[in-house]
Amino acid sequence: MSPIVEIQNLSKSYRRGDRRVPVLQNINLDIQEGEFLALMGPSGSGKSTLLNLIAGLDQVDDGTVIVGGVNITSLSESELAAWRATHVGFIFQFYNLIPVLTAFENVELPLLLTGLSRRERREHVELALRVVNLEARMDHRPPQLSGGEQQRVAIARAIVTDPTILVADEPTGDLDRVSAEEVLSLMERLNRESTKTIIMVTHDPRAAKKAGITRHLDKGLLNDVHSQAPV
Amino acid sequence: MFILKLLFKNAFRHKLRTSLTLLSIAIAIMAFGLLRTVVSAWYSGVEASSATRLITRNSISLVFPLPLAYKDRIRQVENVTTVSFGNWFGGIYIDRKNFFPNFAVDPKTYLDLYPELILSPEQRQAFLRDRKGAAAGKKLIERFKWKIGDLITLQGTIFPGNWEFVLRAIYRGRDENVDESQFFFHWDYLNEALRKTAPSRADRVGFYMIGVDHPNNSSNVVQAIDRTFKNSLAETLTETEKAFTLSFISMSEAIIVAIQIVSFVVIGIIVAVVANTMSMAARERTWEYAVLKTLGFGGWHIAGLILGESLLITLMGCALGMAITFPGAYIFKKSVPMYLPVFQVEETTLYLDLVAFLGVGILSALIPAWRAIQVRIADGLRRIA
Amino acid sequence: MGLPLSYSIRNLWTRRLTTILTAFGMALVVFVFTAILMMAEGLKKTLVETGSPDNVVVLRKGSSSEVQSGVERIQASIIETQPEAAVGANGRLLLAKEAVVLISLPKRENSKAVSNVVVRGIGESSLALRPQMRLVQGRMPRLGLPEVMAGQKIAERFRGGGLGETLRFGLRDWTVVGVFDAGNTGFSSEIWGDADQLMQAFRRRVYSSVVFKLHDPGEFLPFKRRIETDPRLNLEAKQETRYYAEQSEIMSKFLNILGLSLTIIFSFGAMLGAMITMYSSVASRTSEIGTLRALGFQRGSILRAFLYESLFLGLIGGGAGIFLGSFMQLITISTMNFQTFSELAFSFTLTWEIAWKALAFSLGMGFLGGFLPSMQASRMNIVDSLRAQ
Repeated sequence: MSPIVEIQNLSKSYRRGDRRVPVLQNINLDIQEGEFLALMGPSGSGKSTLLNLIAGLDQVDDGTVIVGGVNITSLSESELAAWRATHVGFIFQFYNLIPVLTAFENVELPLLLTGLSRRERREHVELALRVVNLEARMDHRPPQLSGGEQQRVAIARAIVTDPTILVADEPTGDLDRVSAEEVLSLMERLNRESTKTIIMVTHDPRAAKKAGITRHLDKGLLNDVHSQAPV
Repeated sequence: MFILKLLFKNAFRHKLRTSLTLLSIAIAIMAFGLLRTVVSAWYSGVEASSATRLITRNSISLVFPLPLAYKDRIRQVENVTTVSFGNWFGGIYIDRKNFFPNFAVDPKTYLDLYPELILSPEQRQAFLRDRKGAAAGKKLIERFKWKIGDLITLQGTIFPGNWEFVLRAIYRGRDENVDESQFFFHWDYLNEALRKTAPSRADRVGFYMIGVDHPNNSSNVVQAIDRTFKNSLAETLTETEKAFTLSFISMSEAIIVAIQIVSFVVIGIIVAVVANTMSMAARERTWEYAVLKTLGFGGWHIAGLILGESLLITLMGCALGMAITFPGAYIFKKSVPMYLPVFQVEETTLYLDLVAFLGVGILSALIPAWRAIQVRIADGLRRIA
Repeated sequence: MGLPLSYSIRNLWTRRLTTILTAFGMALVVFVFTAILMMAEGLKKTLVETGSPDNVVVLRKGSSSEVQSGVERIQASIIETQPEAAVGANGRLLLAKEAVVLISLPKRENSKAVSNVVVRGIGESSLALRPQMRLVQGRMPRLGLPEVMAGQKIAERFRGGGLGETLRFGLRDWTVVGVFDAGNTGFSSEIWGDADQLMQAFRRRVYSSVVFKLHDPGEFLPFKRRIETDPRLNLEAKQETRYYAEQSEIMSKFLNILGLSLTIIFSFGAMLGAMITMYSSVASRTSEIGTLRALGFQRGSILRAFLYESLFLGLIGGGAGIFLGSFMQLITISTMNFQTFSELAFSFTLTWEIAWKALAFSLGMGFLGGFLPSMQASRMNIVDSLRAQ
């Protein structure tokens, strides 16, 4: 079976002033469907950059990224946006919920980009909220929710379109231990029960432990595979 | 000095926003200045009037004439130095849109009575000598590109027919507030024609202009003249030139009042914009204010900073606005010459601009300053969600 | 499908103070804009309604108003014999020879303030020619007596103009025996009396105009041509509506130029205010914009969402401005018409057309103010904006 994510000869650099600073150099990576991958590395190692490229948020300098059989490096900006809507679910460190919308409406957001009717959208949203156990709070706004609850709403938003991959950038970075544990367990369950492919960038070794595979990035280069998955 | 630098830096932390605010203030100040200048232009006739000149007209209304025979009797009244007379002609030059004031006057006495109209001696002589001659103000010359010797035809409205004149003189005003867009010609020319075509209208004067030897004697002369003609066929109403001009203006008072109200509305707009900017700035810095408070600065210190910044922004905007008022007035003047012949930005306007700046600066700072004073340290230090 | 409208609206609600201040600035501009249009409309309405399209006004050639015109008795008689005039119910010709003069009257609230008021010497058919007129107090002045009736605006605003009071002009005292209401027309600012009495008092031997009702409106042009080419007469004929419309031209133009040019200047001020607010709105939601783009919303959706926000500001400001403006309808302006030199009272008139124009203007301000910031929002780089905050 071909991997759900194929990265070949990926390079990316940033412009700082009038110099070019290389961030990723010649990355090659395959991710299989159903993997829960943790990307770790020191600050500036380019792990977030790699995540952004996989999620189609940024353009590569060199190389190709193929997700679910689609070569996203060849897509135009508006095509990428449409692609992201149905194929990628995002989980951010600071939750990034829209403060003026209720939990329900936040989860509904990605569905607005599909052609579903109002009633169909409602069904999907309620389902997603049930999965994260927050159906009761669906009419509350983010400022009224705790950090952990907000992140769970964000996860519901991430899964509501049944995306090909879930990307998470430091999902527990802003949470206390208890909430972090809840969120990670949720993610692990999603991965196990729904075989959702999750790619997570993290500093937190506890978070990495929950993942099946850990890879390290240092100075833009990928190191060996450390598998934690109990076989 | 340090405070000023601090305020300045704070104001320009957000260059785009501050620049837009400055621009907004400047535009509004310019509009305010223009409005006030329009109002003062209306009153410019009043400024230009003399304390030693009186106007006598028919007491019923300006529409009714006075007999020419009154001239000598007025001349005999004590303290009267000069008597001139004239009729509003109301002629149209080619098109009604080209409106300018034109009237028939007794040339010699008129020029004597109005020394602020300056003519060159040769042109003055030429004008006095030619009965068909006319004199026009500098602004009219520029507007219609006339030259000395040109034949100018006016279509009569009150006195029907086409009336031909030869331009013999150009006058300019001695002071800024003299109307340089007037056109006048010989009263005899009008009267001679009337004697032939409409004799019942001949030998009738629209108004008398009277020179008094000393301003203190004005009220006596006013009463003396009106007393002379009381109970005659055409009773007179004599007023100082200033009162006469004012009575015209007061008839359009409503419009003037409207314009004055609108100019204050403008100030309201500025307050809204600056208050908006200041409250945004203050909200962004809630965290900083909380920190300052932990360091021991009181709420009033912070309010002072906010007020200072508000005043600084308003002052800069106001200065910019005052600067662009002058070119703005220039452009305005060029586009509506016939309505407002005199259009000068007054000093008072500039002073009012400064008062506006103070008012706006303070008002705009009120709500943000109050909020900053209220900020509790703990709330402020918490990161804004 | 893009972002829902409620997103834009709720964001405005969250930053209430800013929204109110910005909308307030725009409301003030819209208020001025509306008031000016209302003033011009009120003026036009007054003057246009003053005339009837079936009536013809005959004046001396070249005079721009009745006040300047003089129609001699002989000439007036010739007009009387023309066939185009209609005949009234009582068999009398619907034609009147009128004499109009201006007198200065002191105002009630300040006797030093005077205004030029039209006194119209009328004929028997004058009232019938103006169906807009209604006697509301007293009675018509009797022919041959020094009696007059005053328009309602005169009775209200000028000394001696009320029922039973006396006016003095033309060396005589005139008793006000009636007050009439002519709606919003210029007649409400006039005083009417018997033409012969008035002409005697003012020692006038000529009429100002001849007014009559056309038997058949189609006959106007042939009449006009005939009269104006007749060498015996030195007259011109106009339809009454056209006559009154011309009288407001200069004044309307002045109001329009002054008013609109100033409003446009202010609108820049308010627009900049909107721009500031929108830039701030965009800046405070940078990461939110990044998130929405990440989720898959196109640049266009972001642009639209912020534009709606700005347009909504315009809508609120516009609504408030029009609302405030509507109160101006309670005010009546009394001023001098530059063209005729006489007193004219008119009110602010609000029409649907004015309201739409004001709204469009306000939305325009919102659009222009929000355009650049919305463009900026839509063009943000996703990764950079996610990194913000």
